[in-house]
Amino acid sequence: MERAERTSKVITARDLGLVACLRCAQAWPRETERCGRCGHRLILRDEKSLQRVAAYWLLGFACYIPANLYPMLKTETLLSVQEATIVGGAIEFIYYGNYSIALIILFASVVIPLAKFMAIAFLAVSVVRPSSTGPHQRQVLYEVVEYIGRWSMIDIFVVAIMSALVQLNSLASMHPGIASLFFALSVIFTMLSAQAFDSRMIWDVQDQREGTKP
Amino acid sequence: MRKAFTPGPTSGNERWNRRGLRLRGSETEMSSITDTVPRTDLIVCPQCDAAWSLARPEPGERAVCQRCHTVLITPRRKAGMQIIALATAVLFLIIAAAVFPFLTISAGGTTNSVSILEAALAFSDGPLVLLALATAALIVFIPLTRVLLSLYVLVPLVFDRPPAPHAARAFRLSEALRPWSMAEIFVIGCAVALIKISELADVTFGPAFWMFAALVVLVVLQESFLCRWSVWNALSEPQKS
Repeated sequence: MERAERTSKVITARDLGLVACLRCAQAWPRETERCGRCGHRLILRDEKSLQRVAAYWLLGFACYIPANLYPMLKTETLLSVQEATIVGGAIEFIYYGNYSIALIILFASVVIPLAKFMAIAFLAVSVVRPSSTGPHQRQVLYEVVEYIGRWSMIDIFVVAIMSALVQLNSLASMHPGIASLFFALSVIFTMLSAQAFDSRMIWDVQDQREGTKP
Repeated sequence: MRKAFTPGPTSGNERWNRRGLRLRGSETEMSSITDTVPRTDLIVCPQCDAAWSLARPEPGERAVCQRCHTVLITPRRKAGMQIIALATAVLFLIIAAAVFPFLTISAGGTTNSVSILEAALAFSDGPLVLLALATAALIVFIPLTRVLLSLYVLVPLVFDRPPAPHAARAFRLSEALRPWSMAEIFVIGCAVALIKISELADVTFGPAFWMFAALVVLVVLQESFLCRWSVWNALSEPQKS
């Protein structure tokens, strides 16, 4: 195990008897309830953080299941009415030989959401149980999850644009399916779950393990 | 911001590093904790809770948390004025992009044009109405709100006036809304939708599409110019003196 000299000497606001504002980075005495600079509520460590992470995570995962079972998009043409789920839409592209688009759809709508669920679960568990992954990697993972979370809404926007645009009377028309609502809810709950995670806990565990705590 | 950058108080046992943050021994820090007086000599990393002695970087430099590498302060010269200019441009572009036709499709002699709001309102049957409202908020109303809030906060600061009433609350709301402002995602979504439709019909871009694409570039620039710590600091300074 490498043990960086610098890391062991870092002093946290908690060590100093202070509480920091997560919004504006101002330090206050521990008893302070609200940041006098920006008005944000001050919490030394959010004890219920993990519970909220888990609750939103479960809601998000629960919504992700119907998002994949129900049709995302209904296409009506002169000859047929077609209802496609997320995976079904990708399979259709494979059927027509359009492998690259199929791969992009599968990656953006299946692989990334599932990876996000796993990453949040891993981060939450790693705070409770020791993990061999270093705090730096976990911090980077957390930032990636927070950054990517919003981008999953792209599926919803694509469905919105297509079903608004493709309204060609009897020739062809597209309508959003009920899965779009579940998918959007899943994305929103996953974002809330990631936001509920207090990344300071990643570093607290590290401090304890390195024995810098008295 | 036009506030002067003064270095924080110094003491004997501190180590400088080149990024403008100083690390101090703990024994000097334990003293003088009084009720609800902020420790203006410190900056605490919101990501990892590491406390650093505050030394303001010069414009163009960045203060980075030495433990988790989160960027804490990024002052820029004339950033305030540039942000105001960008925000004003974004404001007009949002309104124009929401009104003008956005995309036009044609196939077999039938054409259909939609605006951005119409695209959002495509979710119209039954429970999907909720989704229509959410989409409209994410791509038009939340970005619009954020622009208005940042103008409200920044204009008095840049012109050396006292902060507007409730400016701190306005800026806090603007920051809280940041992850929910999804205009740029919508633009990429357009590109994806067009690839999917292009085999079915001809698609042409309306003026609003180009306005919205420009808007996204301006929003990204505006975000990168904004040093949040400098704004909070400027908002708190007049009350202290």
